[in-house]
Amino acid sequence: MSLSAADLAYGYPERRIGSGIGLDLKAGEVLALLGPNGGGKTTLLKTLLGLLPPQGGTLTLDGRPLAALSVNQRARALGYVPQAHAGTFAFTVFSVVLMGRTAHGGLFAAPSRHDREVAQAMLERLGIAKLAQRPYTQISGGERQLVLIARALAQEPAYVILDEPTASLDFGNQGKVMGQIRRLAAEGLGVLFTTHDPNQALADADRVLLLREGQAIATGEAAAMLTPERLAELYGVAIETVRGADGRVAFLPG
Amino acid sequence: MTARFHTECADAMPPSSLRGNAFALGLLGVAVLLAFGLGRFPVGPADLARLVWAVLSGQPSGLSPQIEAVIWNIRGPRVVAAVLCGAALAVAGTAFQGLFRNPLVSPDILGASSGAALGAVVGIYFSLGLFAIQFAAFAGGLVAVGAVYAIGSTIRRGDPVLVLVLTGVVVGSLLGAGIGLVKYWADPYNQLPAMTFWLLGSLAGTAKPDLVPLLGPVLLGTAVLVALRWRMNVMSLPEEEARALGLNTGPLRIAIVAAATLVTAASVAAAGIIGWVGLVVPHLARFLVGPDFGKLLPTAAILGGGYLLIIDTLARTAAPVETPLGILTAVIGTPFFIWLLASARGGWS
Repeated sequence: MSLSAADLAYGYPERRIGSGIGLDLKAGEVLALLGPNGGGKTTLLKTLLGLLPPQGGTLTLDGRPLAALSVNQRARALGYVPQAHAGTFAFTVFSVVLMGRTAHGGLFAAPSRHDREVAQAMLERLGIAKLAQRPYTQISGGERQLVLIARALAQEPAYVILDEPTASLDFGNQGKVMGQIRRLAAEGLGVLFTTHDPNQALADADRVLLLREGQAIATGEAAAMLTPERLAELYGVAIETVRGADGRVAFLPG
Repeated sequence: MTARFHTECADAMPPSSLRGNAFALGLLGVAVLLAFGLGRFPVGPADLARLVWAVLSGQPSGLSPQIEAVIWNIRGPRVVAAVLCGAALAVAGTAFQGLFRNPLVSPDILGASSGAALGAVVGIYFSLGLFAIQFAAFAGGLVAVGAVYAIGSTIRRGDPVLVLVLTGVVVGSLLGAGIGLVKYWADPYNQLPAMTFWLLGSLAGTAKPDLVPLLGPVLLGTAVLVALRWRMNVMSLPEEEARALGLNTGPLRIAIVAAATLVTAASVAAAGIIGWVGLVVPHLARFLVGPDFGKLLPTAAILGGGYLLIIDTLARTAAPVETPLGILTAVIGTPFFIWLLASARGGWS
């Protein structure tokens, strides 16, 4: 049971972004797609979600080709957390989370009582139940990110895929959101997130895939893969390593 | 198309839909009473009540035959037409604003009005009958939006929603040139005034037979939109999020555009071009009941009906000569729009 890519090429028919991607996301595991901005992370993420068709290679969800699944089937397996945005209309936080139930209802259906219970449960799971009746447009960026995670969980997926989950958050909220991401994996979900921050990948991911200009330059255990040499190759700058007394490592751009 | 406005819901809590709908229904009631009560043959609330009772009980109403004729044949059809057109434009505007994720969109964004206008002026140019002109307008609106959609879907680059809107703008301006050309060719004494009158919007002369071609499409389109209410909430998210949540956005967008265009074209065919209603009323409705389409669509319909009925009553009674509806809606809509721009937080992005 996994979301697997082998020799995957991705991008658009007229413009290929990357190729040769191999990855395997399993339940209970956190995988980070690490690389500089503009390196093709978001396009790869959209391909893994089935929003863009693969341009070559194989991409399977629990053994079946992802492209063969319906939009609806994909949405029940893969929860998507986009970068937090302001939203156009002032839906309540509860309504936004309820939208995660879309794939579980019919074309003309309104959310059922069960859908509402799931949405409420996901708000509580992320500790934001008190926001339920607030307009989504008026809460903070960190709260929005948590709401979008709750919405993805309301899809009741096996895997959650997050696009730069902390990109627009302040320091404290970054910690909060990453803590939740670790917890999801501990609860048995497969989690994949993109980031340009090697320290985040090191702290919060089990495994990493280093992505530069659409090519995977390394993939494997986070602690083993994240070396100053590889990061220097990935970002094209010298990397300084800071070591704490307890042996923990952090990287600084040199 | 990425303007983000958060004027609705100024409070921390969402507005109560009960109070919002009570207000909308109250406005519609007042509008109906005013519409019957004002004019050359005023029909007061008591007379209306007697007539309603007469219909329900089967007894004679005791009203003068002249007043009954005014109610049944002149003012009644016009009141019904105003309510239906206002409701149609408001519902279509609500749907398009959600679909295009932009609260500054109006029902003619995809060329429904320009297409209908071209159909109507061509009909007038060839001296067709009233029904043929209305049909030409209706068909023109549908064909224009169909063409915009067909052209838009062949362009595969970029956000499909943005492509659709830009195609609508381009095709709309081409249709505008066509309208100009037909007006230029038209007989300036017989045809041009009729075209001008039609392009400014009016319900004068609405009779009972006009109501059927209006009622059918408006009910059908509105029913489709109400049935899709929950999906429309999700459609107001960015395209990729809606798909990741399990929506087949392509077919759904066609269904919403078709339903909203149907009601717009029916309204334009019956009343000519009436701008601003479809832009202004959805905002008022969101202010009253929040953005959830399940609540928003009925409230917008009621509010739009009442709003256009008040405008039409003004058009009939404010001056010795009828004022075109499009003029009045613009005079009221423009300041509202400016207020909207000025009070919106977030601005353009």
